[in-house]
Amino acid sequence: MKEQTLSAPRKERVVKARQRWNMRRNWSLHIMLLPAVLLAIVFQYIPMGGIVIAFQDFKPYLGFTGSKWVGWDNFKYLFLYPDVGQVIWNTLLIAFFKIVAGLIAPFLFAILLNEVRLTAFKRVSQTLVYLPHFLSWVILGGILLDILSPQGGMVNQLIVALGGKPIFFLGDGTWFRVTLIVSDVWKEFGFGTIVFLASLSGINPALYEAAEVDGANRFKQTLHITIPALMPITIVLMTLSIGNILNAGFDQVFNLYNPLVYDKGDIIDTFVYRLGILNGKMSFATAVGLFKSVVATILIVISYRMAYKLANYRVF
Amino acid sequence: MYYKTKGYRLFSIFNYTFLGILSLLCILPIVHILAVSFSSMAPASANLVGFWPKGFTTDAYVKTFGNSNFIDSLLVSVKRTVLATAIGMFVMLITAFPLSKEDLSFKGRSIYTWFFVFTILFSGGLIPSYILIQKLGLMDTIWALVLPGALSVWNVILMMNFFRGLPKEMEEAAYLDGAGHFKTLMLVYIPLSMPAIATLSLFTMVGQWNSWFDGMIYMSDVKNYPLASLLQTIIVQQDLSKINVDPSMLENVSQRTVRAAQIFIGALPILMIYPFLQRFFVKGIVIGAVKE
Repeated sequence: MKEQTLSAPRKERVVKARQRWNMRRNWSLHIMLLPAVLLAIVFQYIPMGGIVIAFQDFKPYLGFTGSKWVGWDNFKYLFLYPDVGQVIWNTLLIAFFKIVAGLIAPFLFAILLNEVRLTAFKRVSQTLVYLPHFLSWVILGGILLDILSPQGGMVNQLIVALGGKPIFFLGDGTWFRVTLIVSDVWKEFGFGTIVFLASLSGINPALYEAAEVDGANRFKQTLHITIPALMPITIVLMTLSIGNILNAGFDQVFNLYNPLVYDKGDIIDTFVYRLGILNGKMSFATAVGLFKSVVATILIVISYRMAYKLANYRVF
Repeated sequence: MYYKTKGYRLFSIFNYTFLGILSLLCILPIVHILAVSFSSMAPASANLVGFWPKGFTTDAYVKTFGNSNFIDSLLVSVKRTVLATAIGMFVMLITAFPLSKEDLSFKGRSIYTWFFVFTILFSGGLIPSYILIQKLGLMDTIWALVLPGALSVWNVILMMNFFRGLPKEMEEAAYLDGAGHFKTLMLVYIPLSMPAIATLSLFTMVGQWNSWFDGMIYMSDVKNYPLASLLQTIIVQQDLSKINVDPSMLENVSQRTVRAAQIFIGALPILMIYPFLQRFFVKGIVIGAVKE
C-alpha cells in the first residue's frame, strides 16, 4: 500500500493530501448532521420501536412495560376480523385504478399538449391544470361535497338537464369508488404531465425532420418517435407505482367518505384511524398498520430495484 | 410541413377544444365556490348560482371573520407555516451539505444517507407516533405540528442533488481561501442555490398550510386547530359540536354561502403564491429529480 502511494503519480498524492486535510476538518460536517439525526431518531426511529405494541395488549395507563404481551394474537385477529378482508380488497382496487388512470391521463395529456404550437395557450393551459395539485383534500373535499350534492349540486344539475336522474355520488358505494378515482385523476393529472413534458422536450428535432422527409405524417411521427421517447420514463413510473398499491389515499377517502360507503370505500389507513384513535384499539390498529408498512416496504424495495434493472433509473 | 395538411388542421381544432375544456374543468369548481360565497343566501340555497354571484354580498365573509374560532385557527396556521418553513429549510440545508460530499472526502456519508433513507421506506405508523407526541408532552402545542415534519428526507435529497450540480471549483476555492465547511455553505452554496431554496420553501409552505390531520389528532382544544383542521371538522364532517359558539352562529355555519367563503379563504393563500410557485417549480423539480 505504502509503496503504491510512493510510486503513484504526483496528482494522486495531491488528491490524497486534500482528502486527509478534509478528514481533519470533517468534525463540522458531523455537527451539521446532528439536528437531522436527532429529529430522525426521535420522530422516526423511536415510533418504529413503538410497534412493539402490535405484540401487546397495550393499555395507555400501563405503558409499554406494564402491558401484557400477547405474541402474534393481534395478527391472527387481523385475518379473522370480519372487515379486514374487505378493507384490503377496497384498498387494492381503488389504488390499482388510481395508479393506472393516473398514468394514462398525464401521458395522453402531455402528448396532446405537445401538439399545441400557440405558446400562450400552452402556458395558460398548464397553469390551470397544475393548480388542483396544490389544494388540499380538505378544500377539494368541501368543493366536491358542494358540487356533487344530490340536492342540486352543479354536477347533478347538469345530469338532470341532460335528462338523467340525480346520482348520490358520495352515498352509493360503487359511485363512491368511481368518484374517488375520477377526482384523484382530476387533481393530479396536470401535475403528472410535468415529467412527461420534460422527456418530450428532450427529443431531438432531427428525428421528426427525418421522418418528415421519409413521408411520415404527424400521427405516424407520434406513434414511432414521441411515444417510444416517453417509454423509459413511463416504465420507471409504472415500476415505482408498485410501492403505492396499498396507498389508496387516506386524505381523499377520509374527507369524502361517510358511514353509508364504509363497505366499499373504507381503506386500510382510514380503518386504522377509526379503530386506533377513535375506538382505542391501539394494539390491533398498530398491527394492521405494521402489516401494511412491511408489505409496502418490501414492494417499494422491489420496485426501486426493478426501475434500476429495467430503465437504469436510480431513485437515490 | 405536417401542420399544413387538412387532416392535421382538423385534429388541431379538436385538440385545442379538448384541451381548453379540460383546463377549464380544473378551475371551474373553484370559480363556482367563489361565486356562491359572494351570493346572497336565497339564490345560493335554491341552487341558482353558476359561475357568477347572484345578489352580490360580502355577508358570508363578514360572518366568517366574526367567528373567533376562525381567527384563532388562521393565526395558528400562519404560525405553523412560518415556523415549519424556517426550521425545515435550515435543517434541510445543513443536512444536504454534508451529504452532497463525495464518499471519499466524507467518511460515513453513506451510513448517514441510509440512516435517513430508511425513514422513507419504513415508518412506525400512526399509533406509535401519536403515543410519542403524547409522551413528549407536545399535545396542544405548536411543536406537535412543526417538529415531526421538520426533517423532510425528500427535500434533503433534492437539495443534495442540486448542491452536487454546482461547480466543484467554487468549493475548492473557498477551502483554499481558508473557509471552513460552515462558511463555505453560508457564503458559497446557499447564495448559489437561492432558486432551489425558494422552490422548496414554497412547497413546504403549501404543505404546511394544507396539513390538517396532525392538527386534528394532536390538538384537543379547537382553539389550537390550524385552519385546515377546523375546515375539515366544520365543512367536511359538518361536526358543529366542536365549536362552542352561540346558536345564531351555528345557523351561520350551516349556510352554504358561509361554507363556500370558508373554503375559498382556505384556498386563498395557495392561490396567491401559486403564480410564484409555478414560475419556479417546473425548473426546480426538473433540476432535482430528473437525472440523466
